[in-house]
Amino acid sequence: MDQTISPLLGSSGTFLPVKGPLTMATVTFDQATRVYPGSERPAVDKLELDIADGEFLVLVGPSGCGKSTSLRMLAGLEDVNEGAIRIGERDVTHLPPKDRDIAMVFQNYALYPHMTVADNMGFALKIAGVPKATIRQKVEDAAKILDLTEYLGRKPKALSGGQRQRVAMGRAIVREPQVFLMDEPLSNLDAKLRVSTRTQIASLQRRLGITTVYVTHDQVEALTMGDRVAVLKGGLLQQVDSPRNMYDRPANVFVAGFIGSPAMNLVEVPIVDGGVKFGNSVVPVNRDAIAEAANKGDTTVTVGIRPEHFDLVNGETKSLSKDDKAGLAVTVNVVEELGADGYVYGTAHVGGQDKDLVVRVNGREVPMKGETLHVVPRAGETHVFSTSTGERLTD
Amino acid sequence: MSTIDATTAVKKATPVGQRREPGLASRIVARTSSGVVQVVLLVVALFWLMPTVGLLVASLRTTTDANASGWWEALTEPAQLTWSNYDELLSNEAITDSLWNTALITVPTTLLVVVVAALAAYAFAWVEFPGRDWVFLLVVGLLVVPIQVGLVPVSRLFGDLGIFGSITGVVLFHTAFGLPFAIFLLRNFFAEIPRELLEAARLDGAGELRLFATVVLPLGGPAVASLGIFQFLWVWNDMLVALVFADSESKPITVALQDQVRQFSSNTDVLAPGAFLSMIIPLLVFFAFQRQFVSGVMAGAVK
Repeated sequence: MDQTISPLLGSSGTFLPVKGPLTMATVTFDQATRVYPGSERPAVDKLELDIADGEFLVLVGPSGCGKSTSLRMLAGLEDVNEGAIRIGERDVTHLPPKDRDIAMVFQNYALYPHMTVADNMGFALKIAGVPKATIRQKVEDAAKILDLTEYLGRKPKALSGGQRQRVAMGRAIVREPQVFLMDEPLSNLDAKLRVSTRTQIASLQRRLGITTVYVTHDQVEALTMGDRVAVLKGGLLQQVDSPRNMYDRPANVFVAGFIGSPAMNLVEVPIVDGGVKFGNSVVPVNRDAIAEAANKGDTTVTVGIRPEHFDLVNGETKSLSKDDKAGLAVTVNVVEELGADGYVYGTAHVGGQDKDLVVRVNGREVPMKGETLHVVPRAGETHVFSTSTGERLTD
Repeated sequence: MSTIDATTAVKKATPVGQRREPGLASRIVARTSSGVVQVVLLVVALFWLMPTVGLLVASLRTTTDANASGWWEALTEPAQLTWSNYDELLSNEAITDSLWNTALITVPTTLLVVVVAALAAYAFAWVEFPGRDWVFLLVVGLLVVPIQVGLVPVSRLFGDLGIFGSITGVVLFHTAFGLPFAIFLLRNFFAEIPRELLEAARLDGAGELRLFATVVLPLGGPAVASLGIFQFLWVWNDMLVALVFADSESKPITVALQDQVRQFSSNTDVLAPGAFLSMIIPLLVFFAFQRQFVSGVMAGAVK
């Protein structure tokens, strides 16, 4: 798969089927709502989203969060019950799919089984009444980009999974649409192919400069591919931000737990003077955050610490406290060794209950199962959320 | 030496789970069981073909021979066989006209049923409209209405419309009573087409008609072909409807042949070749469409 990228890079512009969209293809969800018939709760609830021209936006969330529904609303495959959807200046809320000038890559590719690869890719142009010679030219150009030239005469059933995926991509790019929609296009590929295709799609999108909305349930895909990432849960938009900000400043407990792997540790701890009590240590957190929580009447806050933001303290060498047993005692249950790093899955007694924690440790110095580690969250790398609302408190 | 020793050692140490040569007894059982099945199938097939072969042979014998002995006598005396019955049959205008009538009834009926049912089935499967499922239930309900129930009221209706005793009337009656099953069959087949395929086509800019013609119909090919063949056979072989609705001008071959049956005898020289001819044509149609029965049309569509 990797070699398919190189001809693309080596001849930038030459194989480009698109000279750049003529109109600004921004996408706007304006309070767009979808309620399925017979259901009380909206599948997508007042979605408010502005996607810039040429942007790669990833919709991510657990299954049933409404990400696919949002995409299908934009495609016109799902009714919009309230609000509006605009592409550029055009209100497409109630336009049929064929008039929206969008192309979609489906999770299961949805190739026409009775047509050859070339016919599959040229189908939309054929319907649009484009001359045959032009269609052939465009299909061949796209096939060259996707390394499909030798398969143009084949039927989909004679292709491998990765090749089918590329045909589905080719069908979309031949169209030169205003917007690409992709609905988990990689989830049917094996793990290795998924990683290489991920890069390929992202670089192809940058090259074509076509506004893209990409749906996935895989947060790694979201972080690696998107210019911006939108996290949804239960039909509600949780946060839209760049992958970096999403990781560094999750807006609430859900996003904090969803983005990042292994997941962020979320621990409910009591508020004390000057910070929050974490085991034997007091971890200083933003004074305003504590004040804000206290104003809501909370006596505890939820502290989030990523596995890599724990410092080990053993009390003998670089103890942070006068007390030898500084920090939080974590009993090691399982150690995952990934070579460069090790992840310790352990249990700690925090805030009056036993809590599972994940701690990243040096891959060369992993503790044994049953050992006790003492950890302290690194100052400035903690996230503080309100226990009652789940919203982020710190800045 | 050492290598030889090693291989023999390996041979001796063949684990129990590994494949061994099947024993003689099991081989015999395997051979005979498949052989026995084939023989039984052959016998059954011959048994079922017997009347057809008899009809063919009888149609090739003269009336005198037929009255003198059974058709199997001709197997030992091939000299008896002659085309004369067929010559006479094809110069018999009553028969050729009725054969033409059969074609005039069967072909339009089949086309009408297939086209209307395919369009309706597509709508029932993939077009959203209010009350769709109720209407479909009604169509399914019509499956249980026996054809005999319609004979008298439709006769009156056709009388009022002035198409009683015409080919048009017979075609319309067949079409009406063929549609419920045809719609039911095709709708269920079309509903199996992956939703994403239709959505992809809609996004590619296809309207409903084009979607139907370029995606649904090609993918529904096997079902449409089966329906076409069945419908053709049913109408071709029908006698009841034709007996009621056709007059002497528009009667099909089934009715015309029945006219040849006398109270105490039959005109074997006309009946046998006529019946064989009316039987072989649908068979030819079947073989013509046979290659449409391909499995796996949907392979490669999704995933």
